[in-house]
Amino acid sequence: MISIQHISKSYKDAQAVRDISLEVKKGELFGLIGPDGAGKTTLMRILMTLLIQDEGNATMNGFDVIKDYKKIRNIVGYMPGRFSLYQDLTVEENLNFFATVFKTTVAENYELIKDIYIQIEPFKNRLAGKLSGGMKQKLALSCALIHKPEILVLDEPTTGVDAVSRKEFWDMLKKLQQKGITILVSTPYMDEAMLCNRVALMQKGKVLDIDTPQKLVENYARKLYAIKSNDMHRLIQDLRSFEKTDSAFAFGQYLHVTGKDDEVEATEFEDYLLKKDHVELEVFDIQPTIEDVFMNMMNE
Amino acid sequence: MKQFIGFLRKEFLHIFRDPRTMLIIFLLPIVQLLLFGKVINTDIQNSKIAILDQSHDNTTREITSKLMSSGYFVLGEELMPSDDVEDVFRKGKVKMVVTFGTNFEQTLERDGKVDVQLLADASDPNTARILTNYASGIINDYVKKEKLKNIELPNQINTEVRMLYNEGLKSVYMFVPGIMAMILMLISAMMTSISISKEKELGTMEVLLASPLKPIQIVLGKVTPYLLLSFVNALTIIIIGVFIFGVPIKGSFFLLMAESFLFILMALSLGILISTVAPNQMVAMFISVLALMLPTILLSGFMFPIENMPLPLRIISHAMPPRWFIVIIKNIMLKGTGIMYVWKETLILMFMAFVFIALSIKNFKIRLE
Repeated sequence: MISIQHISKSYKDAQAVRDISLEVKKGELFGLIGPDGAGKTTLMRILMTLLIQDEGNATMNGFDVIKDYKKIRNIVGYMPGRFSLYQDLTVEENLNFFATVFKTTVAENYELIKDIYIQIEPFKNRLAGKLSGGMKQKLALSCALIHKPEILVLDEPTTGVDAVSRKEFWDMLKKLQQKGITILVSTPYMDEAMLCNRVALMQKGKVLDIDTPQKLVENYARKLYAIKSNDMHRLIQDLRSFEKTDSAFAFGQYLHVTGKDDEVEATEFEDYLLKKDHVELEVFDIQPTIEDVFMNMMNE
Repeated sequence: MKQFIGFLRKEFLHIFRDPRTMLIIFLLPIVQLLLFGKVINTDIQNSKIAILDQSHDNTTREITSKLMSSGYFVLGEELMPSDDVEDVFRKGKVKMVVTFGTNFEQTLERDGKVDVQLLADASDPNTARILTNYASGIINDYVKKEKLKNIELPNQINTEVRMLYNEGLKSVYMFVPGIMAMILMLISAMMTSISISKEKELGTMEVLLASPLKPIQIVLGKVTPYLLLSFVNALTIIIIGVFIFGVPIKGSFFLLMAESFLFILMALSLGILISTVAPNQMVAMFISVLALMLPTILLSGFMFPIENMPLPLRIISHAMPPRWFIVIIKNIMLKGTGIMYVWKETLILMFMAFVFIALSIKNFKIRLE
């Protein structure tokens, strides 16, 4: 449904995207995962026909992003990273406006947005600028869906939204996927990666790996330890200077640590750290998460 | 078409919901016109003058009463020969002092010649010049009509002055066309450029571009509301000009409105052009005010006569659209001429509109960069 081949794009002072290739299948919920500056927005804008790539080709549902930009603009729903609705129009006015822009009416496609819109309908006469972050996202999603797009492109839809609204938002995406809409979504949150069918891990304009999140985690062959002590700051410094440590990252309350090779045992860390006078020490094996996978890849 | 109407609806909602926009569109023209017309008045009326009369004879009294009854002057002070004239000016109460010497009437009848001294406060040079001209005019007129009527002078040449198209020399005749050019320029060019660059700044342009809307639909949707509102403004200004300030419309009202429409169209295309260059509202505003407003006021011939400008500025003034528009409306309103006399200026405005539209279309981006 979305096909990207060897796309590169640089701005005046920096290369934003380098030689990216990936395929998104019809009906898939595909995630672009990566920190700020990974090139997610640039890639999405190229797909949305808003930017022209320096090299490579991309097609959306078979339409070329440069030649057939007009056709693409009819079949794709887009939610930019920044809230891009009219703050001085009401919820209802925004929705009606985008419906007419896409030559349709709210009534015609109400079925599709019903589940989402029903949550903000009580506030339909409120100005969009006065909505909470979560409600703004729901409205933006409704507006992006109003013309029944075949593909939905969402640029960091959950950034700056509270945890409850984030979960609700992903539930909605799942439902939309069941209705046959292909969804490309970007996020800096690793936990959201697990909710996608497949993800592309991105960093500094490059794709590090593309797979299902489950596979990515399974393929993570390293032995991983969680370590905690009473002085976390000193702990991370001590571990990083330990010759048998490969990597050590803060992960919530614990440090996630890998050894130089998988032969390094938990007791070796324990002995070393006890010698360094760490108290309340905890060292144990853990299952890696997608974030560990990502951290590991970034390191390589 | 439905798309377009939806877009228009949205634009009008933007305008009607923003108090500042409403103020600029509906209040500013009226306030400015009233201010320029009433307060900033360069006409001389009821200027205070002082009289230092050392003769107190019939002639000096008659001249004094002629001056006072002209409507231009009122008596601020009667001075005594012992008073210090400079002191009177320093107090700033009077603009001019008229001094009659001793034995005024006798000298005039004996020698056929006598001197009147007019001292004016030239810290305001224009007013001083006008006051002394008026006063000498009145005095000469009096002497000629009353004193010399029985004397036959050989080979007399009389100048007869008539101010055509503005007999009363009212400055408001000048201000109404000028303000109209300025307001239409301000609302059309500034408001459209701001409203388009606002969409860029707030990121809504990104969504509009990614939609099936064509660039021409976006631009027309943005421009049409301001076209209508500017036209309403042009009408308001003309109505105020005619009914409050008594400026005549001697020519065709229809032609006047058609020319205004052309000027608005030109200003709107200039506004679009500015918005294609300006990345945000601040820059759009800055360009509009600095590049449009000031030249409109200073170089269009509205405030200062173009003939008096140094050559480089005179050349630049040719590129100022209001310059041509002001010529057109003055011709239509005051002289009552038809299109035959303003076709050249009309063509120039059309050409400018065409150039601005062509440049805007060339500059308008269907993508983000």
